Amino acid sequence: MLTVEEKLEIDKAIHEVPVKKAACIEALKVVQQKRRWVSDESLKDIAAYMDMSPEELDSVATFYNLIFRRPVGRHVILICDSISCYVMGQEKLTDLITKQLGIRYGQTTLDGRYTFLPNPCLGTCDHAPALMIDNDLYRDVTPEQLEEILGKYA
Amino acid sequence: MEKPLTQHMRGDGAPLSLKEYERAGGYQALRKALKEMEPKAVTTLVKESNLRGRGGAGFLTGMKWSFVPMNVPKPKYLICNADEMEPGTFKDRILLEQTPHQLIEGMILAAYAIQADQSYVFLRWAYKLAAKVITQAIEEAYAAGYLGKNILGSGFDLDMHLHTGVGRYMCGEETALLNSLEGKRATPRAKPPFPQISGLFGKPTIVNNVETLCCIPHIVNRGTDWFKNLSPGADAGTKIYGVSGKVKKPGAWELPMTVTMRELIEDYAGGMQDGLKFRGALPGGASTDFLVEEHLDVRMDYTGVAAAGSRLGTGTMIILDDHTSVVGFVRNLEHFFAQESCGFCTPCREGLPWIEKVLHTIEIGEGKPEDIKTLEFHTKYLGPGNTFCALAPGAMEPLQSALKYFRKDFEELIRHKISA
Repeated sequence: MLTVEEKLEIDKAIHEVPVKKAACIEALKVVQQKRRWVSDESLKDIAAYMDMSPEELDSVATFYNLIFRRPVGRHVILICDSISCYVMGQEKLTDLITKQLGIRYGQTTLDGRYTFLPNPCLGTCDHAPALMIDNDLYRDVTPEQLEEILGKYA
Repeated sequence: MEKPLTQHMRGDGAPLSLKEYERAGGYQALRKALKEMEPKAVTTLVKESNLRGRGGAGFLTGMKWSFVPMNVPKPKYLICNADEMEPGTFKDRILLEQTPHQLIEGMILAAYAIQADQSYVFLRWAYKLAAKVITQAIEEAYAAGYLGKNILGSGFDLDMHLHTGVGRYMCGEETALLNSLEGKRATPRAKPPFPQISGLFGKPTIVNNVETLCCIPHIVNRGTDWFKNLSPGADAGTKIYGVSGKVKKPGAWELPMTVTMRELIEDYAGGMQDGLKFRGALPGGASTDFLVEEHLDVRMDYTGVAAAGSRLGTGTMIILDDHTSVVGFVRNLEHFFAQESCGFCTPCREGLPWIEKVLHTIEIGEGKPEDIKTLEFHTKYLGPGNTFCALAPGAMEPLQSALKYFRKDFEELIRHKISA
């Protein structure tokens, strides 16, 4: 069931477009923001609300990198794995995170604290390597800084 | 040296407020156009200014606008492509975060020229700060009467919405962006019909890049001769160039299009980091051909870079140094393109992962001599004309040029069976 609050926010998005369905990505975003991910159950509820079939909405949801169709941890670590960050040492950072947290790309720590994902370009190539945790961007990241950065997210 | 796009930036990275922008002459171009110019005159002016799209393809902006039918019922759409997901490219971010009103004024002028009544900023999700800045600036513009009904008493109406994406490189492709805005998978559309005739929701639509739109107020204010004279070459205006990779001071700078690669790397980016040598660069983002040492004095304009065998693209350069593995560098690029292919057409969907796999095999020291032939085969069959959109041909540019200039690197890894 979508909450009243979610419905209100989705209605706002629907109001901004001439065709209801055009707001379906916004609707997915609204639900993900509240529940961290879009479960099969949520997807069905959103689809019904948008007058779409669950299959049609799922084909949209699974196309986009940042709609999560599986549960994620309390904090999502996105490391930029694109070219400028690669040149500037991203692979080393990836290895370190993997070692420190014991998770590879796509996995979540057992305590549900972090999910670790690669991300195609964060658009801050002059300050590579970069990573993003939730909404916070970290630039010119060195291996020495990693522990402190990760420690900020309980 | 005039820097119209960046000269009024505050210097501390904070966005220029509406008041500050107005004090610097902001929204005067809009007042002028609404008062003194017919919509068509704005299009003619932009056409004559020779402004070429700064998103990568370099098509003439005024020409693009001129294809929009004028006497058709509304709605018509003007879209700012602020998706900027090409690896190595970070120039629009600066404009979005620091001069939001310059972009909004450019969008209103463009919308006026084509008589659009609806506009969208399609912003990539990672630009969280830009999203905040643009949201506030749109609110300010509405409150000041620059957006909404009867703008500045002219009878012209325009609404503006911010749409933040959910991460997919394809959204930067003009027609895929339209599909995404319609709540669909971001796959490209067949052309014709061109978006100018049948775009968003089947209505006439123009899609322009952030930097392109930011040039418009200045062209309207200062005229075509002034704009053309900003750069002495054939390509008008200034350009925001960027350098990333192992240079001393990576960054972005607004410069005339006479600047050479050497000047950008040595004078602006401070030269290579100590102990490293320049081997090559992708001059305009991940989907451009490598240029090498012999091209260092190439002028970074559309014609200069094309004559050297590459593309100006977004004008943001990625440097390859002599301590970075060429095969690793190219494998990283092809991994990106393989992952971001929308899967809509077979050569791209099947070919790119194949290329990535072959490159990976070479990189870990398990390559075979025939692998180079396989890669070359792909550069041909994923090239222009063989795929539905430009993603795969773009992906082939760094690969084909790497095989041309750095073939030995590939061969040595294969011959000696060592990992990169």
